Amino acid sequence: MNLIGDTWAWIVAQSANGELWLRVGEHLFYTAISVLIAAAIAIPIGYAIGHTGRGREWAVGISGAARAIPSFGLILLLIGLVGVVQRPIAAFAAFVILAIPSILAGAYAGIQAIDRSTIDAARAVGMTEWQILWKVEAPLGLRLLVSGLRSATLQVVATVTLAAYINLGALGYDILQGIPLRRDDQVLGAALVVIALALLIDALFAIATYVVDRAIPDGAPAPSRRILRVPPTGRAAVVGTPTAT
Amino acid sequence: MFTARNKGRLAMTAVVVGAALALAGCGSSSGGGSGDGDAGGSGPIVVGSQAYYSNEIIAEIYAQALEHAGFEVTRSFQIGQRDAYIPALESGEVQVFPEYTGNLLQFYDPDTTATRADDVYAALAGALPDSLEVLDMSPATDQDSYNVTQAFAGQYSLHSIADLANVTEPIILGGAPELEERPYGPSGLASVYGVTVQFQATGDTTVDSLTQGVINLANVYSADPRIESAGLVTLEDPEGLFLASNVVPLVSADVADEVAAVLNPINAALTPEGLVAMNVESVDQAKSSAEIATEWLEGNGFLG
Repeated sequence: MNLIGDTWAWIVAQSANGELWLRVGEHLFYTAISVLIAAAIAIPIGYAIGHTGRGREWAVGISGAARAIPSFGLILLLIGLVGVVQRPIAAFAAFVILAIPSILAGAYAGIQAIDRSTIDAARAVGMTEWQILWKVEAPLGLRLLVSGLRSATLQVVATVTLAAYINLGALGYDILQGIPLRRDDQVLGAALVVIALALLIDALFAIATYVVDRAIPDGAPAPSRRILRVPPTGRAAVVGTPTAT
Repeated sequence: MFTARNKGRLAMTAVVVGAALALAGCGSSSGGGSGDGDAGGSGPIVVGSQAYYSNEIIAEIYAQALEHAGFEVTRSFQIGQRDAYIPALESGEVQVFPEYTGNLLQFYDPDTTATRADDVYAALAGALPDSLEVLDMSPATDQDSYNVTQAFAGQYSLHSIADLANVTEPIILGGAPELEERPYGPSGLASVYGVTVQFQATGDTTVDSLTQGVINLANVYSADPRIESAGLVTLEDPEGLFLASNVVPLVSADVADEVAAVLNPINAALTPEGLVAMNVESVDQAKSSAEIATEWLEGNGFLG
């Protein structure tokens, strides 16, 4: 009858008995691990492509194709390959494959968007290729990398609901269980919590983007001047110095 | 210019809506008027099915039998689950649908206490809305059942669910996520048989999870061919924990009299073994439901 009231009551009751927090914890755990693994794979490859300028067509093609893979089908296919005992591997693999394209694109696009003269200048003052990558390209490309991580994380947080299909819990469980039981309050409640998580994560990334923007002048007249002030071992460029002079 | 065009569009909309209403009026009046059992007069009979291969086979049998009897049939298969197709049946959009007595009763009366086949069928007649009727139920069932591996059954000499009390290790029950909350789930096992189980929502991977040892008790539909192919042992249910779920045609009250003469003999001939055999053909030999249905109808002398 009163779906909104029932849904709210469900959320309150579930958070009171701790069930909801367990599900939220599982959901965030799967999301975080998947994005971290994807980042560990995609960022080095993205940087290699961005720095050398080679293999871009391959990366675009493969990551474009990977985006089109339906996650649910992939999970079930992998379950068939690795068996139900190893089902977390199947789930993580599917989520990682989902997350890689956005992160990869963010990593190499961030570097390729840098004005070539900036990089040439860095090379001209005698920086090694590693120094160019870590002191010039990585900081200047950080903004696009963060936006790649942002969209990857949002896709994964929405898709982790599928984990419930293979007995791994998370918030999809309440949705999956609620549909055949016709418990609309439970289905809507769990869906709203997923949405809230997605919005929360998006807000955190918005803050991160803001911090990165403040710390690294994006395409400012003389980015190299600021970069060159960074101490050799430091990561000060990321930490953020006030832009006011 | 603009207003003129809008007026034109409005007039067009009015015509379309008017035509639709007129057509709808035609449909219902002819539907109500043709109670004399004339097959040709009342338009095609719409046969639906769930998004479940076994259900589609039964729907195909109904459809072909109705066609053989001279009805014009429209197939609307794979509609999904009850939430999706019951409204279509109640509105008359779909008129014949293979259903299962227990699960259907539970849909209309979630608190029902009936579990035995005849009680369920009797309760169902009272629970359905006026626009729907069920015809005779079939001896074929497709219902929840608890299964264990042969090795596990041998180890603890299990024959019925009550024997689970002999099991000394933790019992882990696997099934669809909703089983956790069903009356025949963990709570029913505890209250009816005094058996305490843990629950895992294995969903589509239930049978694999059982054979690979993730769980040791599995809820599988009784007509699932994998019970035989995976060598599972179905535990007997002497206390009637599970809702009996016999195959039954759910039909619009408008067409019930017309189709009963065709469908009732078919339901009587459909046996539990016959249903499993057809499911095996679908799963193992990947035959189409139309093919399987034709073979069954021919084999049982309905197309002679």
